[in-house]
Amino acid sequence: MTAQNPAQNPARDPARDPVADPTAEPAPLLEVRDLAVAFSTMSGPVQAVHEASLTLRAGRALAIVGESGSGKSTTAMSVIGLLPGNGRVTGGSVRFAGQELVGLDEQRMRRIRGRQIGLVPQDPMSNLNPVTTVGQQVAETLLVHGMATRQDVHEKVVAALAAAGLPEPARRAKQYPHEFSGGMRQRALIAIGLACRPRLLIADEPTSALDVTVQRTILDQIERMTEEIGTSVLLITHDLGLAAERAQDIVVMHRGRIVEAGPSAQVLEDPQHDYTRRLVQAAPSVAAARVARQAASPGATAVAGRGAPGPAGPVPAAAEKPAAPEAPPLVVIEGLTKVFKGRLGQADFTAVKDVSLTVPRGRTVAIVGESGSGKTTTARMLLKLYEPTEGSIRFDGQDVVGLRGRELAAFRQRVQPIFQDPYSSLNPMFTIGRILEEPLSTYRRGTRKERQERVKWLLEEVALPPSMLNRYPNELSGGQRQRVAIARALALQPELIVCDEPVSALDVLVQKQILDLLGRLQDEFGLSYLFISHDLAVVRLISDEVCVMKDGEVVEAAESEEVFTNPRHPYTRQLLASIPGNELRVGA
Amino acid sequence: MSATLPPAPSGPSHTEGPEAVTTTPGTTAAVGTSLWKDAFRRLRRNPAAISGAVIVGVFLLVALLAPWLAPFGGEELPGRTEIRPTTIPGPGDVEGYPLGLDRFGGDLLSKLIWGARASLVIGVVSTALGLVGGMVLGLLAGGFGGWVDSVIMRFVDILLSVPNLLLAVSIAAIMGQSQWAVMIAIGASQVPIFARLLRSSMLSQKGADYVLAAQTLGLSRRTITMSHLLPNSTGPLIVQGTLTLATAVIDAAALSFLGLGGGVPQTAEWGRMLTYAQAELAIAPQLAFLPGLCIAVTALGFTLLGESLRESLDPKSRTA
Amino acid sequence: MLRVTGKRLALLIPTLFGLSVLLFAWVRALPGGPATALLGDKATPDAVARINEVYGFDRPLLEQYFVYMGRLLRGDFGASIVTGRPVVEEFLTRFPATLELALVALVFAVGVGVPLGYVAARHRGRTLDHSSVVLSLLGITVPVFFLAFILKWLFAIRVPLFPADGRQDPRIDATHYTNFFVLDGLLTGEWDAAWDAFLHLILPGLALGTIPLAIIVRITRASVLEVQSADYVRTARAKGLTRRLIRGRYIMRNAMLPVVTTIGLQTGLLISGAVLTETVFAFNGIGRFLRDAIFNLDYPVLQGFIIFIALAYSLINLLVDLSYSLIDPRVRVQ
Repeated sequence: MTAQNPAQNPARDPARDPVADPTAEPAPLLEVRDLAVAFSTMSGPVQAVHEASLTLRAGRALAIVGESGSGKSTTAMSVIGLLPGNGRVTGGSVRFAGQELVGLDEQRMRRIRGRQIGLVPQDPMSNLNPVTTVGQQVAETLLVHGMATRQDVHEKVVAALAAAGLPEPARRAKQYPHEFSGGMRQRALIAIGLACRPRLLIADEPTSALDVTVQRTILDQIERMTEEIGTSVLLITHDLGLAAERAQDIVVMHRGRIVEAGPSAQVLEDPQHDYTRRLVQAAPSVAAARVARQAASPGATAVAGRGAPGPAGPVPAAAEKPAAPEAPPLVVIEGLTKVFKGRLGQADFTAVKDVSLTVPRGRTVAIVGESGSGKTTTARMLLKLYEPTEGSIRFDGQDVVGLRGRELAAFRQRVQPIFQDPYSSLNPMFTIGRILEEPLSTYRRGTRKERQERVKWLLEEVALPPSMLNRYPNELSGGQRQRVAIARALALQPELIVCDEPVSALDVLVQKQILDLLGRLQDEFGLSYLFISHDLAVVRLISDEVCVMKDGEVVEAAESEEVFTNPRHPYTRQLLASIPGNELRVGA
Repeated sequence: MSATLPPAPSGPSHTEGPEAVTTTPGTTAAVGTSLWKDAFRRLRRNPAAISGAVIVGVFLLVALLAPWLAPFGGEELPGRTEIRPTTIPGPGDVEGYPLGLDRFGGDLLSKLIWGARASLVIGVVSTALGLVGGMVLGLLAGGFGGWVDSVIMRFVDILLSVPNLLLAVSIAAIMGQSQWAVMIAIGASQVPIFARLLRSSMLSQKGADYVLAAQTLGLSRRTITMSHLLPNSTGPLIVQGTLTLATAVIDAAALSFLGLGGGVPQTAEWGRMLTYAQAELAIAPQLAFLPGLCIAVTALGFTLLGESLRESLDPKSRTA
Repeated sequence: MLRVTGKRLALLIPTLFGLSVLLFAWVRALPGGPATALLGDKATPDAVARINEVYGFDRPLLEQYFVYMGRLLRGDFGASIVTGRPVVEEFLTRFPATLELALVALVFAVGVGVPLGYVAARHRGRTLDHSSVVLSLLGITVPVFFLAFILKWLFAIRVPLFPADGRQDPRIDATHYTNFFVLDGLLTGEWDAAWDAFLHLILPGLALGTIPLAIIVRITRASVLEVQSADYVRTARAKGLTRRLIRGRYIMRNAMLPVVTTIGLQTGLLISGAVLTETVFAFNGIGRFLRDAIFNLDYPVLQGFIIFIALAYSLINLLVDLSYSLIDPRVRVQ
């Protein structure tokens, strides 16, 4: 389970591993040679893919890994000739089962799509036709390729949906997409992609829009089905760990070029290209456990759950720790409950149920959970954006719920947020300078000149140049915006920062930089963090203590390493098992 | 990168170099481009926007310089003696009246020029009235929410259930037949549109993270509404305002055409000129066509401008 | 479905109630009050006082309001000041004419607008697309009454293809039951009467239909463009479906959703246009009657007509919502 485990072969089946058995080399099914793709834009043509070459052999899986904008999806889509309207293959060849696909006429291409090459697209919410039934959407692909007749099509649709793991397929076939959850929709899309038993399946980030635990079951489903039919898989993903776990070979793309290619294990363990090396280092799902940071404050050795009888009970490790003269914890939350009143005729919704946790000074406590687990609601109650229905929140010994007037203003200055989406967390009409000055001028900190000095200093702290002052958020990249958001949170010298998924909208390399920054600032200023995330791999990199939430309740709370090495609750174990690449060991 | 996120926004790539910050030397004094500057830059490259701006520019010039451009006053009847019951001199028929005369003996060219001024005044005043009224209602509804919101939106719904022209007519009926009645009537009929627009735009932002951030900063509701929500709603308001100028010009002409504008029959107002052209359609079609063309072209100018503004402010079309 | 309909109808009540309050206040706000409106500007104070007493205008406002509401609920909208006939009767004789006209306008707008918008979107960026965009812009910015003038001058005066004025040639001796002249002609077998009435509808119908046409073209084009690049359309192509199937089942069905809403909205707005079109073509519908009522300050007519129009408008919107739920399963009630 941990990264210290003995090395495991990333390939799922040794018999199909080229290193293990070089004689069993099957013929290439898909051969891409020197592929070049360009998009015509307002400012002239933009080359999206340069001289990309890859080979996928029959019955095997190949993953293309890259960050957003690396050209990985573009490469895959040009295989089936489905580039967006302004995209065009400008050179190279794509040979599928010996047939050249570049320049093939639409009529013939149509017979290959769906029949010979299936597609499982990225976002299940937007890839099903909202106005026809799911069953019909499976049926039409069977009918158009002559894989079913009008008489037996219903039967075959139900069988295809059942094979994709959809419960009650006969009833579900009659329903519309909006009646399906995300995971069910993705199963329907898998049923569609594999309905005609194609020879190749293109899976374009098939799970990146789903919750972690659903992700794994969906990937397992794809793996099981393709193995059964003997379909080759071209997997597109941003997640190196996932790629290594699900494919025998990896191709790494960066800025439209293939920078590295080889067997999964080799790419992970001995990356040749500098970019791949950085990617391997940054990928939280592959990286080793967090290196213990130097304690920032005497209270840093405090332990989660101390004095807070959460549902998981007190943590045994607490007793073993040296009983240093500890400062009382900064935040104590007890029995916190939030019920959202239902609209007319709808039932009330309990988002958070009897949650208790503490945040010790100078430490990072993470709340982990999937969508709908109540983690964000908990954070927002602590930020006093929502009023709790029941329970108490004490900050530095003071009751937060009843704060009014001047006391509330004082509290606001000591607790600041960082939000998930760097695209909406900064007011687009304000310059960066004004965004950073607003907290200071609101509380009349210093003179105008001192405030300007402070703003400059803040920018420096988050490693942004002073030229940013007059810029607007729309001119900044995602990572830069998140730095600004951090600087804004720091402006009033708070003691606690509530980070709600602060890195989940960022690419891997940027993610690492932001996490490093948060760590450095904690050391420097003795900050405490409440860190909300759905991503256990990220949480492991930053947190001292972890609370796992499910359906509004805390199911497990313990020291970080304890949770990762010795999870108690079955749900935590399920979450851990869902981290792609968790079983890989990499000598990065 | 973690796995359960929505697809990355289609905007700029998040990819950054290892040094995280792309510091270009020598740009320390660089002035950032705001959304507005950005939009303006895109606007200048859009031929539709340019043609709209040219039309609006010419219209403004003519309206403002009417006293110097027009050979005669708006209500003067210099050609009274040239009119016969069966013939009205057309363009070029009589020296000194380049576009001919109308039924009363007024110079058509002069009346068209003065008409531009009347349209400008009506358009601007009525749009301003509609905008202010709509903003007040929208701000109250969006800012307070709750029952204030319900009451205001119910009221707006009622106004919307009456066709625009009828609403304007009812108001004009109370106020009597005058230019002011027309302006207030048109303004009032635009109020619901602006109110709804501002309210929905504010509501859609209320959940945005930067508003939450402002709340956690402890800013008052008024500050958040006025300095965060409102400035971010100005884009749609300005777009709608520009488009409304077009409708206002048309509606003003319609109300005047129906005779609600008041004043003497020979008033130099495009819609009013059309009323009297009706009877002469067979012998002097230019009396109907030229004022009608003026209305249509002016409305086209404002529409082109408004539409391209909308396009350039649309985040979807942004590629910077 | 029934429950939704009921709910929507119930929502109409507060709107109509609010409207009645506004209209009540409106009559009281007329210059010189309702009595002067009835008698004209030159009425003696004596006459005004007498009218006020007879009609109860001197009673407390609240009492007047209850009397007024009671009448409305009984379907009594008063009588026209000008013709002396009940408002309801006036409305019912003229409404069919406007309805007939609106129907022609709508058929023209939808029948031409939707295909044109679709074709423009499919030919995005080409001449056909550009010209349809320009045409639709012109359609929006040309005032209805101006367009009516152009059509009348071109096709009734210069090239007399169509009649210029009225609903039917007065020389034709036609029988009228329903006041839908075309329908009447068909019912009675007076083919010439039906044909003539139809010809009278063409020009005003085109004039009235042009603005909705332009708007429908724009919405259809934008909607098709958006749906065309939707993820599920790409997925449909990846399934190897034929173009025809994708066009019908994927693009059109999804793209029609906003178009249906637009058609409903435009139908409601036709009334405003009808006032102007009917004036130009001397077409005897509610539009023209309204215009006369405005000038004579015939407030019972205005009051009654506004309520009827608001009611018709709301019913149209209801119909649109219901048809919406037929094509979009997402709004169907579980």
